[in-house]
Amino acid sequence: MAYNLKEIVANKPSRFTEGHRMCAGCGAPPIARMVLRALKEDDHAVIACATGCMEVSTFIYPYTAWTDSFIHTAFECAGATLAGAEAAYKSMKRQGKLPEDKNTKFIAFGGDGGTYDIGIQSLSGAMERGHDMVYVCYDNGAYMNTGIQRSSATPKFADTTTSPAGKVVPGKMQSRKDLTEIMASHHLPYVAQTIAVNNFKDLYEKSEKAIYTEGPCFLNVLSPCPRGWGYPTEMLMQINKLAIDTCYWPLYEVINGKYKISYKPAKKLPIEEFLKPQKRFKHLFKPGNEWMIEEFQKEVDKRWQELLDLEEISNKE
Amino acid sequence: MSIRERLSGNEAAATAMKQINPDVVAAFPITPSTEIPQYFSTFVANGSVDTEFVAVESEHSAMSACIGAESAGARAMTATSANGLSLMWEMIYIASSLRLPIVLSLVNRAVSGPLNIHCDHSDAMGVRDSGWIMLFSENNQEAYDNLLMAHRIAENENVMLPLMVCQDGFITSHSIENIELEDDEKVKEFVGTYKPKHYLLNDKEPIAVGPLDLQGFLFEHKAQQAEAMKNAKEVILKVSEDFEKWTGRHYGLFEEYKLNDAEIAIVCMNSTAGTTKFVIDELRNKGIKAGLLKLRVYRPFPGKEIANALSHLKAIAVLDKADSLNAIGGALYSDVASSMYTENIHVPMVNYIYGIGGRDTKSTDIESVFTDLQEIVKTNKIENPYRYLGLRKEEK
Repeated sequence: MAYNLKEIVANKPSRFTEGHRMCAGCGAPPIARMVLRALKEDDHAVIACATGCMEVSTFIYPYTAWTDSFIHTAFECAGATLAGAEAAYKSMKRQGKLPEDKNTKFIAFGGDGGTYDIGIQSLSGAMERGHDMVYVCYDNGAYMNTGIQRSSATPKFADTTTSPAGKVVPGKMQSRKDLTEIMASHHLPYVAQTIAVNNFKDLYEKSEKAIYTEGPCFLNVLSPCPRGWGYPTEMLMQINKLAIDTCYWPLYEVINGKYKISYKPAKKLPIEEFLKPQKRFKHLFKPGNEWMIEEFQKEVDKRWQELLDLEEISNKE
Repeated sequence: MSIRERLSGNEAAATAMKQINPDVVAAFPITPSTEIPQYFSTFVANGSVDTEFVAVESEHSAMSACIGAESAGARAMTATSANGLSLMWEMIYIASSLRLPIVLSLVNRAVSGPLNIHCDHSDAMGVRDSGWIMLFSENNQEAYDNLLMAHRIAENENVMLPLMVCQDGFITSHSIENIELEDDEKVKEFVGTYKPKHYLLNDKEPIAVGPLDLQGFLFEHKAQQAEAMKNAKEVILKVSEDFEKWTGRHYGLFEEYKLNDAEIAIVCMNSTAGTTKFVIDELRNKGIKAGLLKLRVYRPFPGKEIANALSHLKAIAVLDKADSLNAIGGALYSDVASSMYTENIHVPMVNYIYGIGGRDTKSTDIESVFTDLQEIVKTNKIENPYRYLGLRKEEK
């Protein structure tokens, strides 16, 4: 059946409710809603969340925004926590301690702090062990929950509170870690990079594939942060669109090792278009700093080309 | 009928785990507890348990996975030592705050640094305020028995707290001693099945576990944990009573060895109690009224009961196999001293830090403690209550 946003929204009530306390213009709530909409209605889900913006804004005692079962333990261990729940399911199901006809799916959410950095060991372990679960990273490119500190997902030159753009050091001086590639190197059945854009088709379909592919699957979803990136809240969807049209955030899948780029913009926009609306890159546009934009563009082009090459190589018969 | 066997402490713990047959075991190897997950994975490989064994990549993940599994509705167990427990530390607190009756087999070893793989109690002492029930075991039999009782205690609805069973690394874990094992079916019957009230895998009642718990509620939740710990004492006694009816082996909050008519006594935990008993027997032959209080239940701390059991003595030595590095004395000493004070019982008391990093504690060392106690009784003087036992003197 062809994807139809209207039908999905009409027929599948959101499993992530209103009333949570995430910021207006935050990229994460639409991601949580859409990922969970990809669940079959009859399926139960156990959702784990790393400590971070999403957790502290959606489950403040005694309220929760999650209609499925939910668990949060600590910052660095959403992977291991959910792996434990999945192991319990496997064990109890095998022993006949759970109803036979009922399926439970396991989904973890973590920000880039809880995923790229402090939680990468726990995530890597869970994926390597092959638990039947999906780990969704909502990557907002810094530790936003503690007040916009740089992470290994923060792009080069970005102004954060621990990589401030100063008189001598112009923001973060290191390139962004490529977590999606790290996860692809785990040789998982399904790895994808996606975003909430247009009619959410890309995000929905990749979520559905990740949830219903047996084994450990990983989704990396770019999740803009109006506080950390410094864009007007109403611009969220435009920012997402610019991220893919500039190839800053390529959309692609790695299915059993085969790369498939989901979107190749007909007209690849210059990176300035993505950088300009964001205050964290304001200093890049000062006279004399043109080299920074040039370098940024080069990095984007290089990574895009690498991806095109990977697609070609991995699909060769 | 009990089965006579010869097992090491690690084998005893692994055998108990096999008979308990938990739904999930998540563990990471660390000396000297490594053998426990090793033996257990053999049970899994041979199909003698129903357990899902999760060979995690760290102890932090071991405890995280146990929390995930137990929250999901499973019975989850793990084993560790020393730095493994240190790495779990964050999750240890989370496990108890989520009121998850996870059972951990702790094989006591010195926490780094510097690195040392031998026994002391610094690992256990590092989590003494984490809200876990802590049972100590003198030998392989007690490690086995404590594990068989663990789930009945931890899963009691008035308790719902995680529990660790401690035994001394190498001294107990690697020494092969006689043991009485119980029949598989009887163990199964005694341990019973775990029926959690609320759990993640119940699709009819989805729940949320581990909130952001702010000024309005955290205090009350902590007070509930404290209340559960108080409740645990009675439950431990009740379960121990049932256990005695079944096996004939008696367990209380602590064991009193020739303490009734004693004038001087040692308070200690785990394997040193065995050495102390040997020394007491010898001293008794010489007419010296020496006794022992061997603590089994360290958390909840049975302060009132301990104070009363020690009230008739003329001098007491509390032995701590971990130094608190606080310039005043070890943790067990502080707990005993404050319990005595609270009960308004005043007996001269000294503290010995001993056995650090696996330093051998010989019968002559224990004898020297009793000699010191006799001296205290005679002179009524304690010049330094915070002492070392077995520390090498600086060579001149």
